[in-house]
Amino acid sequence: MTSAASPSSPAPAASTAAIGLREQDQARTHRLVFVIMLVILIGAPLVGVYPVFMMKVMCFALFACAFNLLLGFGGLLSFGHAMFIGSAGYAAAHSAKVWGFTPELAVLFAALCAGALGWVTGLLAIRRQGIYFAMITLALAQMVFFFSLQAPFTGGEDGIQAVPRGHLFGLVDLSQPLAMYAFVLVIFVAGFALIYRIVHSPFGQVLQAIRENEPRAISLGYDADKFKHRAFVLSAALSGLAGGTKAILFQLASLTDVHWGMSGEVVLMTLVGGMGTIFGPVVGAAVIVTMQNYLAELGAWVTVVQGSIFVVCVLAFRRGIVGELGHWLKKSL
Amino acid sequence: MFDIPIQALMGQLLIGLINGSFYALLSLGLAVIFGLLNIINFAHGAFYMMGAFGAYLLLEKLGLSYWWALLVSPVVIGALGIVVERTMLARLYKLDHLYGLLLTFGLALIIQGLFRNAYGATGLPYAIPEQLQGGQNLGFMFLPNYRGWVIIASLAICLATWFVIEHTRLGGYLRAATENPQLVQAFGINVPRMITLTFGFGVGLAALAGVMAAPIYQVSPLMGADLIIVVFAVVVIGGMGSIMGSIITGFGLGLIEGLTKVFYPEASTTVIFIIMTIVLLIRPAGLFGTQK
Repeated sequence: MTSAASPSSPAPAASTAAIGLREQDQARTHRLVFVIMLVILIGAPLVGVYPVFMMKVMCFALFACAFNLLLGFGGLLSFGHAMFIGSAGYAAAHSAKVWGFTPELAVLFAALCAGALGWVTGLLAIRRQGIYFAMITLALAQMVFFFSLQAPFTGGEDGIQAVPRGHLFGLVDLSQPLAMYAFVLVIFVAGFALIYRIVHSPFGQVLQAIRENEPRAISLGYDADKFKHRAFVLSAALSGLAGGTKAILFQLASLTDVHWGMSGEVVLMTLVGGMGTIFGPVVGAAVIVTMQNYLAELGAWVTVVQGSIFVVCVLAFRRGIVGELGHWLKKSL
Repeated sequence: MFDIPIQALMGQLLIGLINGSFYALLSLGLAVIFGLLNIINFAHGAFYMMGAFGAYLLLEKLGLSYWWALLVSPVVIGALGIVVERTMLARLYKLDHLYGLLLTFGLALIIQGLFRNAYGATGLPYAIPEQLQGGQNLGFMFLPNYRGWVIIASLAICLATWFVIEHTRLGGYLRAATENPQLVQAFGINVPRMITLTFGFGVGLAALAGVMAAPIYQVSPLMGADLIIVVFAVVVIGGMGSIMGSIITGFGLGLIEGLTKVFYPEASTTVIFIIMTIVLLIRPAGLFGTQK
């Protein structure tokens, strides 16, 4: 999203020293916001927020952050991320239920599977750009959907139900709510920190350079396709981490997660929160999951509301909540 | 594998051709819109569904026959498309094209949600018009008249569109505006209006496909949602550079899908995506496309 991203991130036209200062300032802000986020995540169940709701938010927040790594920082709009969260859910559920994996192994295995799927689909998708990229990822995800519908181990329409939460490292019983909460929290924070690190690593900087101006990045000697492919694999694996955790949490892996609706939802979360921002996807995920909770009894109206949010965001609110906030505070959040 | 009765084979090929007709009509509309607006209309499936509902409602509420629906439904939905283009899409032309995709995706969700609220998720039946009931015995197979009509009509519409775009003055303007809108505007042609009408035409084409689909598939709010993803794959396979390419790819893939249903039914839902994968490996720009 070359032309779209540039207005949201003010071009640093200052000298290198000023940039250094700005980066320090930015890191301080990020640390502060991160601590606030952590306090909210730890404190919310204590003040009576339903823990399962918080854990669901964290799973989707990680998913949206992983997606944002690709869209916000790589400029690649994937419309098929459901295949990663969905297939990772199946991988975690199957390995935990049938093979008896402990939860941490099941989740890692899920991330690995999603990463492998990302490796293959990424190779195909990066062969085309822009709109074609979106269409190809969507089509590949649909293929994964039909595969999941027919494959013997996914349970078809029923999905994989009654997945055991198991014992963490064979020791801690995750059927205890507190242990489960800590487990999800640690995974989310670790995933979030990893994404933050990736974005601010030299790799992440090159990725953003490619997003801003691909020909120039190539002329500087960077193999754009290779960077995009790696970003795609990372995003897929991290989405898989979220999907695996979600399957263990809800003890269920189902077709809903592989359906294209899920791909749309993660786009929406990122858009609402603010694409290309660090904390935006977390806020976006919280907003959308909350909305779904409150509107659940309205049935198909949820889709109408989601569609309307899409339209409003695209027409009038392209920076998203956090992007808008950051613009107002003159800070990149 | 080779002991499949000829009737079954022909029957599936016919279904394949029917599906192919809709692939062709829809991908043609997508290609025409993409050529000029540079956006992929995600709501294309929703407009197709609205076309089918248009036929259904015209019959139920106003008693207008299928033939009227063929005319009225596309015109009304096309007009709606024009409103969408003027009020929403026109604001996005200066931005990244992906925003157009996101906007139309949101529109598709809204439209589908509204229709599902009003009519539920189950399909509504739409009777085949009297004149096209019955069928022909071709000796090797039985061809229902309506299905024959759909294939012939959609082929005719596709070829007419191709002819207008490739061989008339209007089409020349259109192709020129696709190449370089500023220059065409400088020659005194109202490009924004042309863009609006093109979008309306593409949407109308989708609605027309919807009307023709109504008697074959059931009229349901989600009839366009899954179809549009297949059509996207068709578009990736064909490449959007060529009108004739879209038509040939649409019909061809419908046939291949039909054949797959005969020989390896498990893969019939995925075969188009598999072909897309192969095409991406061999010819990333698509069979008829040119890489920009």
